[in-house]
Amino acid sequence: MKNAKRFVSLALALVMGTSVLTAATGCQSGPENASAAPVSSKADSSSGTPAAAEGKVLNIWCWNDEFQSRFNSYYPEVKTVADDKSTTTLNDGTVVKWTINPNDNNNYQNKLDEALLKQNTTADDDKIDIFLIEADYATKYTDSDYTLDVKADLGLSDQDLAQQYQYTKDIVTVDGKLKATSWQATPGLFVYRRSIAKDVLGSDDPTTVQKCLSDWDKFNAIAQKANKKGYQMLSGFDDSYRTFSNNVSAPWVDGTTVKVDPNIMEWVDQTKEYTEKGYNNKSTLWSDTWAADQGPKGKVFGFFYSTWGINFTLLGNSLATPVAEGGKEEAGNGIYGDWAVCEGSQPYYWGGTWICGAAGTDNKALVKDVMVKLTCDANIMKSITSDTQDYTNNQKAMEEIAGSDYQSAFLGGQNHIKLFATAAKKIDMSNASPYDQGLNESMQKVFHDYFNGTVDLETAKTNFEKDIKEKYPDLTEVKWPE
Amino acid sequence: MSNKRPNRKKGSVSYAKWGYIFIAPFFAAFAIFQLIPLASTFFYSFFEFYRSGLKQIGPNFVGLQNYIQLFSADLPKYLGNTLLLWIVGFIPQIVISMILAALFTSLSLRLRVQGFFKTVIYMPNLIMASAFAMLFFALFSDSGPINSALVSLHITAEPIRFLANVWGTRSLVALMNFLMWFGNTTILLMAAIMGIDTGLYEAAEIDGCSSWQMFWKITLPLINPILVYVLITSMIGGLQMFDVPQILTNGQGSPNRTSTTIIMYLNNHLFSKNYGMAGAVSTVLFLLCAVLCLLVFKVLTQDESGQKKRKSHKAAKGAVK
Repeated sequence: MKNAKRFVSLALALVMGTSVLTAATGCQSGPENASAAPVSSKADSSSGTPAAAEGKVLNIWCWNDEFQSRFNSYYPEVKTVADDKSTTTLNDGTVVKWTINPNDNNNYQNKLDEALLKQNTTADDDKIDIFLIEADYATKYTDSDYTLDVKADLGLSDQDLAQQYQYTKDIVTVDGKLKATSWQATPGLFVYRRSIAKDVLGSDDPTTVQKCLSDWDKFNAIAQKANKKGYQMLSGFDDSYRTFSNNVSAPWVDGTTVKVDPNIMEWVDQTKEYTEKGYNNKSTLWSDTWAADQGPKGKVFGFFYSTWGINFTLLGNSLATPVAEGGKEEAGNGIYGDWAVCEGSQPYYWGGTWICGAAGTDNKALVKDVMVKLTCDANIMKSITSDTQDYTNNQKAMEEIAGSDYQSAFLGGQNHIKLFATAAKKIDMSNASPYDQGLNESMQKVFHDYFNGTVDLETAKTNFEKDIKEKYPDLTEVKWPE
Repeated sequence: MSNKRPNRKKGSVSYAKWGYIFIAPFFAAFAIFQLIPLASTFFYSFFEFYRSGLKQIGPNFVGLQNYIQLFSADLPKYLGNTLLLWIVGFIPQIVISMILAALFTSLSLRLRVQGFFKTVIYMPNLIMASAFAMLFFALFSDSGPINSALVSLHITAEPIRFLANVWGTRSLVALMNFLMWFGNTTILLMAAIMGIDTGLYEAAEIDGCSSWQMFWKITLPLINPILVYVLITSMIGGLQMFDVPQILTNGQGSPNRTSTTIIMYLNNHLFSKNYGMAGAVSTVLFLLCAVLCLLVFKVLTQDESGQKKRKSHKAAKGAVK
């Protein structure tokens, strides 16, 4: 009995110990974040350069490390990066503080909104200087006073911006004022598995595959063919969503009425059919199953992906041994090299990130410089594309790469920039609205129940109406297509 | 005693003052962090008050409109979901806890290494609910370890899609709540049972009582107050259920909103910072909690006092005779 007691007390002590430990590690982020302030004050005293009018802390808000890694690798003024990447120090001693809040459930926007509303009352060094926005909700911020006019307030010239794709400027232009700028253009393509295409179509050549997939009827026919061979055409419910939702005839919202476009209902019909016939693997976007379908064991024909998805998401998912575990990004590791791209059935875009200068920033000159270097500088744009396969926002540089003998090893030697360069010109963002993110998310998640067979179409529609009225109390009515 | 009284009066030092000073911090903290937010929640429930994009709408007084909208919407459904999820988890929880508590305290069994088991059954409660839900989400996902085990053992041919199924999701939520709380309940019930005078059991044994009879006739009636306590705390916790279903269903309460609890519904309104509607939901939830708790308390304690009254009545009658 005594032994048992000793054992129990030991076990309890261990449990307590671990909880204390976790508490300790949990707390670490606090002091580390806070440490940025003292560093900046040191820098202040040591480098009393004439640019004293500028703040010594540049606060950047974003939702993942994509821009952070671009900044750290390609912004010429970067001197050192902190070990935990929470701060970056520039040559003139300015400290860049990164605030990264994940996107899920509107988390990023909620936190950003709170911070922006307090922008006037916080100390200069705590004010947001730069924040990033996505296509789905760009207008919410560009159509507000919280973003600076890139030309009038920050001083970028038309010449600086001349080579950017027009649509990347149109979507963030409000009343003639350009309110943000982007380093990437995000035309979408259909990425397919070469080996599966060979098995199903007898060829993996992008031109041949494109001919077989050039409209939805053909696409559906190939889906049936692939299914007979034991493959799925798409991974899940949401894969083709963007190709339909980008080709709508009007914005989501008119006044206070939500108008569901007939094209969105096309997506519902297609996905329901695919689910019932087994043409997809019933996965949802970003789920484990979806990611696994892009890996070595996947049996999915292809994915609709835009530029960033190929280098940022698909490449990582396709490796058998992840980079973090010592794997290399080369042929032989998983299905690296077994991919290729074609235009698919309809042109579309997906995502895209814009850089905004926050009103009230004390680092206007630096914000301008970051924008110029990271969104307008042709050389930097070109090296980002050749290093990372991301598609950057500079027509001249991209045309150059498109015309060159550039090859992507990941895509089996294909020059995908050529296809992107063609697709980028077709992008039309005129139907973007501030409600896009919430409505697109609701549309996808609510109809999962319908695809799964849990509810009928009418219930799914009612659930959609409930969902969006909770999200946006100002929307009063939903009109479904006849 | 008698000579102390005049002393107090003469000295005219009021020690009561110190009492008030010592309890003041609590009331100050309570007022700032509880009372004022509570009052403002109630207050704003009568207003149209939300954010559209970065624009603030309201506060505009709208009377009871939020409440009308609430009840014409699906509030009863979410209330039903919440109660259902709680009950499905609570029934196995109280049954298993009762059995375990009875076994652990049984004088005739004298189980060994009890301390070890008590620690083990309490452990799930030490894990953060959200981490626990994440774990289950990964375990029971379509391509998760549970499904690969089921498929490779040839129990099912196709993976079971737990989270796409109404009762799959509900059972998982109930299972998690059960696992997290049965240890805690066991310990509470054990404490209650150990508080019973062992003389009662010895007397019953001599009278030829079976252990089954002893449980029903002695243990259960005597731990009634603790049972009421367990039921009420569990019910309050159940009505406020949020983290487990929220994370398991990725905030969707899917499928078809059948695992949306009241607090998840409240949380949905915070997408647009809709303080008006959220305030109305909170107020309704508060009233519901209060009413249900009073009801349970009344029902369970009335029985007992009723019995006591009857007993004392009988005793009185006996005495008269």
